[in-house]
Amino acid sequence: MSDKEKINEIMKERERWEKTTLPKWMENRPERKNEFRNHSDTLIKRVYTPEDTKNMDYMRDLGFPGEYPFTRGVHATMYRGRLWTMRQFSGYGTAEQTNQRFKYLLKEGETGLSIAFDYPTITGYDSDHPFARGEVGICGVAVASLKDMEVLLDGIPLDKVTTSMTINGPAAMLLAMYVAVGDKQGVPREKIGGTTQNDMLKEFFAQKLCIFPPKPSLKLVTDIIEYCAHHLPKWNPISISGYHIREAGENALQELAFTIYDGIASVESALERGLNVDDFASRLSFFFASHNNLFEEIAKFRAARRLWAKIMKERFHARNPRSMWMRMHIQTSGCTLTAQQPLSNIIRTTIEALAAILGGTQSLHTNSFDEALCLPTEEAVRVALRTQQIIAHESGAADTIDPLAGSYYVEYLTNEMEEQAMEYIQKIDDMGGAIVAIEKGFFQKEIADSAYKYQRETDDKKRIIVGVNKYTTGDETSIPMLRVDPKVEEEQVAGLQKLRRERNNRKVDEMLEKLHYATEKDENLMPIIIEAVKTYATLGEICGVLRKVYGEHKELIVI
Amino acid sequence: MQSQRKIRILIAKPGLDSHDRGAKIVARALRDAGMEVIYTGLRQTPEQIVETALQEDVDVIGLSILSGAHRTLFPRIMELLKQKDLTDMMVFAGGIIPEEDIPEMKKLGIKEIFGPGTRTDTIVQFVFDNIPKRP
Amino acid sequence: MTKIEEIVQGVLSGNRRSIARAITIIENNTAETHKLVASIYPHTGKAHIIGITGPGGSGKSTLIEKIIREYRRKDKTVGVIAVDPTSPFTGGAFLGDRIRMQELSTDQGVFIRSMATRNYMGGIAKATKDAVKVLDAAGKDIVIVETVGAGQSEVEIIKVAKTIVVIFAPGLGDEIQAIKAGMMEIADIFVVNKADRENANKAIMDIQAMLQLNNQEKTWKKPVLKTTALTGEGVPQLIERIEEHKHFLERQLEHKRSREKAEAELIEAIKEKVATSMIEKLKKEGKFEEFLKKILKKEMDPTSAAEKLLNEKFRNKV
Repeated sequence: MSDKEKINEIMKERERWEKTTLPKWMENRPERKNEFRNHSDTLIKRVYTPEDTKNMDYMRDLGFPGEYPFTRGVHATMYRGRLWTMRQFSGYGTAEQTNQRFKYLLKEGETGLSIAFDYPTITGYDSDHPFARGEVGICGVAVASLKDMEVLLDGIPLDKVTTSMTINGPAAMLLAMYVAVGDKQGVPREKIGGTTQNDMLKEFFAQKLCIFPPKPSLKLVTDIIEYCAHHLPKWNPISISGYHIREAGENALQELAFTIYDGIASVESALERGLNVDDFASRLSFFFASHNNLFEEIAKFRAARRLWAKIMKERFHARNPRSMWMRMHIQTSGCTLTAQQPLSNIIRTTIEALAAILGGTQSLHTNSFDEALCLPTEEAVRVALRTQQIIAHESGAADTIDPLAGSYYVEYLTNEMEEQAMEYIQKIDDMGGAIVAIEKGFFQKEIADSAYKYQRETDDKKRIIVGVNKYTTGDETSIPMLRVDPKVEEEQVAGLQKLRRERNNRKVDEMLEKLHYATEKDENLMPIIIEAVKTYATLGEICGVLRKVYGEHKELIVI
Repeated sequence: MQSQRKIRILIAKPGLDSHDRGAKIVARALRDAGMEVIYTGLRQTPEQIVETALQEDVDVIGLSILSGAHRTLFPRIMELLKQKDLTDMMVFAGGIIPEEDIPEMKKLGIKEIFGPGTRTDTIVQFVFDNIPKRP
Repeated sequence: MTKIEEIVQGVLSGNRRSIARAITIIENNTAETHKLVASIYPHTGKAHIIGITGPGGSGKSTLIEKIIREYRRKDKTVGVIAVDPTSPFTGGAFLGDRIRMQELSTDQGVFIRSMATRNYMGGIAKATKDAVKVLDAAGKDIVIVETVGAGQSEVEIIKVAKTIVVIFAPGLGDEIQAIKAGMMEIADIFVVNKADRENANKAIMDIQAMLQLNNQEKTWKKPVLKTTALTGEGVPQLIERIEEHKHFLERQLEHKRSREKAEAELIEAIKEKVATSMIEKLKKEGKFEEFLKKILKKEMDPTSAAEKLLNEKFRNKV
């Protein structure tokens, strides 16, 4: 029997089943809902069969791990060789407190660092700026100068531990500080490894922590990509991020499509700079959310890898297979966590983490159960880390590569997602690219509508959230909470002012003047920013110079 | 003469926190309930929020904050409202505000605080029920 | 003092709370609205009112922010009324124009107010006009009215202004086409914003072509300017043009007044000349004396006598 005949046979059998067996059951045990849909609004069938994957070609669409189109994974050995990097995003209070948290996590088996900065740092203000009032050290660690970075990384060997920094607007300045600490430790620059998020596009419509307008922002992104291509070969200059797009309200499909488009725009701007695609593409990394619909998420990660490989090969004519790799970091979804019955969040995070592993991620952050209420306590973050370790060592999920390949359901969803994401990409191409789409409010509108829809569905109980709109209990379990001492701000401000008194201010002023000149001249700013941070010029001072030349971004609001 | 009275409401994001998903959803729900919603955008200082409330002559102010900076920013906002004699405006808040902070925030004059998981129609109803009587 | 009198006093002394309350009273269209507007009316007419409109995405609000800053540099106080549409379905509105001007919200020389179109019986233009009067009476040197230029009702609102600026952005070609011809006619100044875009010059040419189709009136040649709202480039020039237009209006008014004055004087002069020469002639002919006697004898009243005299005179001539 040929394949076609086999499919026909299955189709006939399905039709027979729908006429004979199914109706009897539907009568006695009708289905819970009229229709089942996932977050991307795909209609979920009752049962999937080979009919749903009949157009698939194994070698064309899946292939083998470590080979094009990388659907099954970018490495040939995947977790059988090395487990994913367990990287917990953390930071709060002073640099000293966060340094202690880092050391604790490394001792507990974490394999990479991930720095969370506070809002003033993220938005390029010093800890003593009026905007920083009440924000210092609250949502992350305050880093206002190289001095803070030195304390933050004290005792951590930068040639052995890789570090991810969630930083965008002032990515160049914080990378410069990191490099400066590496220089002080005597680590050769080619050995310094890690990631700067440095993805400005998504900031303009999803995360909205912007400093400069789009054009100079993207210029700085490209400066970092270019600098790393020449001087920091182990550094991932950009982590193209879907996570924030998702958390702002998009569904899985939109997250996939817009993140890939963000990647396309990043490659295009590096090519415009005159770089060769194979010189930098292998260092591009991606960052996704893992939300709560298990199979939809797995399909999303697999589709993302395949789609990116095709785009790099066909659209950008990359030759080096590594340029076609989509390496990803995944974080479980913060917005699925509930303030109600917080211990249930451990279960949510476990399912989301499992999706990330079955989806073949290179690196994972698991949220702590208390994060809908506060920054994680030591105990909460340990449970989160243990969740990853249990999946790695006890569940067996990491013992074979891409275990869900061949599942009719998962392959069907993977194909659907890829196809529909391509439609979005076409649409944005037709619109004139990512910047135009941002200016027209396209992404913003898509986000606002999806977020509103999700909320309405929750309000109407079309979407059940355990402990929130079903199975609610009157008395809530109370859990211990981490509070940042308000004294942190005082201490940080005092330290910063002391630094301003004691450093060589003539040198600082000279450097800032040089920086001003370089900014106006439009040259690559990385080398001079590294020089500037070494004089202990503060983050706010350096960003201030750039603000003067570039102006500041103002958000286009779409509700 | 046909009176055209409408509820005017300011939705404000104090501080540097950029999590605006909730604020925007609430703004949309209030608009859909027939109110005139003025949204400040991100990164507002207490001074900007209070001046905006004054110029727009709103009936209600909704503050949204998820960063934990409410302990510094809310008292400042409430103090400025008092200074400018705007205490007839009703203030409510939403976001991530720990249970243990709520009594203190209410003492400042914040009428209600809505945590994560609140239904939007709960907020809309609350606003309708608590509109200050103004000339 | 009644509540309204108190608010009026407050508005006239520039009290911000009173200005805000007064606009609310106008918006709410209550029994007191008319009294309020009537009381402030005598104190209006000093502000220059600028209407600014243009399609969404043209960078209008950002440009307005820069315009305000420029006026503030010149030590002028500024009021802004930003109008957004009310949803016909829910009656609610989202008022978001001030977001880009928020940094100016604490400047005591600036007052920004958002207004929804609501479903006014007399059209939104009246409420906007009255709100502008409040800002004018409160002593603002400049009052800016901002609307989204999409339909007929916006054309009505913007007519409140003395100088109307219409903003476009390159690449919004379809939108230029979609702008009602009425908008082209009412504009005094055109601005192509985002001038750093490559197709800015094409947008300028498109507008100039449309202007030629619309037969520009000769008195005020409508300029087409380039700005980059992001950096503020071109804003001082725009302000210059606005000032020029203001002077143009003043000159026009001046012109109108002098004309009226001259006309009145001319009429006076003619009257006098005609009367004098006519009387002299009549006296010479003895007609004057003849009719004077008839009047004295009460055979005729002076008006009838004059009528008859003149009738005879002109019939003979014609």
